[in-house]
Amino acid sequence: MRRRTGLDRSFGGFVARAYRAGALVVQPRMGVSDPAAMRAGLLATRRAAGTTVGTITLDSYTRMGDHATAAAALATGADLNGYPIVAHDLATTRAVLDQVADVDFPVQVRHGSPGPEQIVVALIRAGLHATEGGPVSYCLPYSRAPLGQAVRSWRRSCELLAGLRGSGVEPHLESFGGCMMGQLCPPSLLVALSVLECLFFRQHGLASVSLSYAQQTSPEQDREAVRALRRLAARWLPDCDWHIVVYAYMGVFPRTPLGATALLEDAARLAVRTGAARLVVKTVAEAHRIPTVADNIAALDISAAAAGAVRREPDDAPVADTGIHAQAQALIEAVLDLHADVGTALLVAFRRGYLDVPYCLHPDNAGQTRSVLDADGTLRWSRLGALPIGHLVRPAGHAEMTSSGLLATLSYVERKYDGAAAQRYLAPPEEPAAGAPRELKGAV
Amino acid sequence: MPASLPVPGRPPPAPAARSLSVVVTSVASDAHTWNLVFLQLVLQELGHRVVNLGACVPDALLVAQCLRVRPDLVVVSSVNGHGYHDGMRLIRRLRGCSELATVPVVIGGKLGIAGPGRRSGRERLRAAGFDAVFEEGTGLVAFQSFTRALTNSEGT
Repeated sequence: MRRRTGLDRSFGGFVARAYRAGALVVQPRMGVSDPAAMRAGLLATRRAAGTTVGTITLDSYTRMGDHATAAAALATGADLNGYPIVAHDLATTRAVLDQVADVDFPVQVRHGSPGPEQIVVALIRAGLHATEGGPVSYCLPYSRAPLGQAVRSWRRSCELLAGLRGSGVEPHLESFGGCMMGQLCPPSLLVALSVLECLFFRQHGLASVSLSYAQQTSPEQDREAVRALRRLAARWLPDCDWHIVVYAYMGVFPRTPLGATALLEDAARLAVRTGAARLVVKTVAEAHRIPTVADNIAALDISAAAAGAVRREPDDAPVADTGIHAQAQALIEAVLDLHADVGTALLVAFRRGYLDVPYCLHPDNAGQTRSVLDADGTLRWSRLGALPIGHLVRPAGHAEMTSSGLLATLSYVERKYDGAAAQRYLAPPEEPAAGAPRELKGAV
Repeated sequence: MPASLPVPGRPPPAPAARSLSVVVTSVASDAHTWNLVFLQLVLQELGHRVVNLGACVPDALLVAQCLRVRPDLVVVSSVNGHGYHDGMRLIRRLRGCSELATVPVVIGGKLGIAGPGRRSGRERLRAAGFDAVFEEGTGLVAFQSFTRALTNSEGT
């Protein structure tokens, strides 16, 4: 029997054990302001069939640092769109977690804040040690906070979290860099940002991290991207505990239950086959409303079942090479060459356009890059701006994005999966079989 | 996202006779930006020049940018359900500034949390100073004709 270390008792250690046992860890996005409902959601997640970890998603006032407004909303009994971990008192949050969060059910705080120091302090005091974000990925898409301010704030937040090391638990931080705008960011940039943010975390004291990748528009391209991310993580984070987390599609979601289910199942299969260790799910309610606990539990069940039906590919299994690994590697090296301090390097990189997220309107993003979808759903660069990958990429043709082209692109996944679902509904009835899709009740 | 989509493959409308200077903006509480990217493309395809202020624009920043740019049109877009509330507040700020008392200002998107709002909500937004209100479902075509009319009237 191995000695129990801090890692064994941590989020990263839990995921590593599941990975060794061949199980994909599945995780919801879940947060409500009422403590009893939050606890019930965590308990339901814990009892779900698959190998699960819990989530407390915070509300948007807390994300923006407006804890007074969150507290005022609690005082009047108004519902928030997440759990206000700073506005709730410590005893309340400890009661939510009591006998729920433990070594067999780690709970992660997901928030979206470019300035999370108070959130990190609150989660540590409540006994938690896993959260998510990053100085770039929680700043550019959702705020207009200056990137320099987010880098300083995340530096302090990493150091606060890393202060837990040596206390018997290994704190864990996940980069949200694999999502960015949710859609239309070519995979090489998502992969590079995930690695760079994890290098930032490591530089500020963390030794257990996860690198994210959000399912995009082409299963083959996604497979290549996650494999590239794993190779780069192994190269750049050799002295860290790390794993890959896949996010089920983060863009416009299919509206039909069958379409949404098929997309989620594809995300689970992508995760298992490519050697990712964890999946953050979406639900069939995604296109219509904020998912309920029941929606989330159903999504965890669907994901775990789909994951259980496929196998991890060997690391030397052949995979298409459209250049994702080479581009990501070039981006990472060009950024790290700018400064020994990763945060400073990220700032200089965005100022020079070495990192430049397509369609991101944040004032600190150069906004000179563009991307398009090929007819087969492959996401490609159409304008490189100052990205240092000109020697590796030939931008796709003339293609300037038009307004109608943008709408068609943003709804590509929705149309693909809902279209396939509609064909199944319209097809002549087959013999009912075990495992046949559920009936379409109250759909669309 | 406007539901009345342009037809893919159809050529965009002919550029306007006169190019307008347009400020496109979100409201303070709204972090969504794809709607803003879309509107920028629509306006550029009509031949107009766009300053896109992006997500979560505080009222004071919008006023300052409008005083700097002195636009021919201000387009406010919001899809998080707080557009009505934030819009009522920001239009008073804009109209309270004498230099911006007459600049055309329009608002559109998903303005309430329960789908397209009642007529009374739209009328209150107009009474507070918006020149037009475009809600999801019928918004885009009406917005394009509003912009065209503005181009023509200002051109004569």
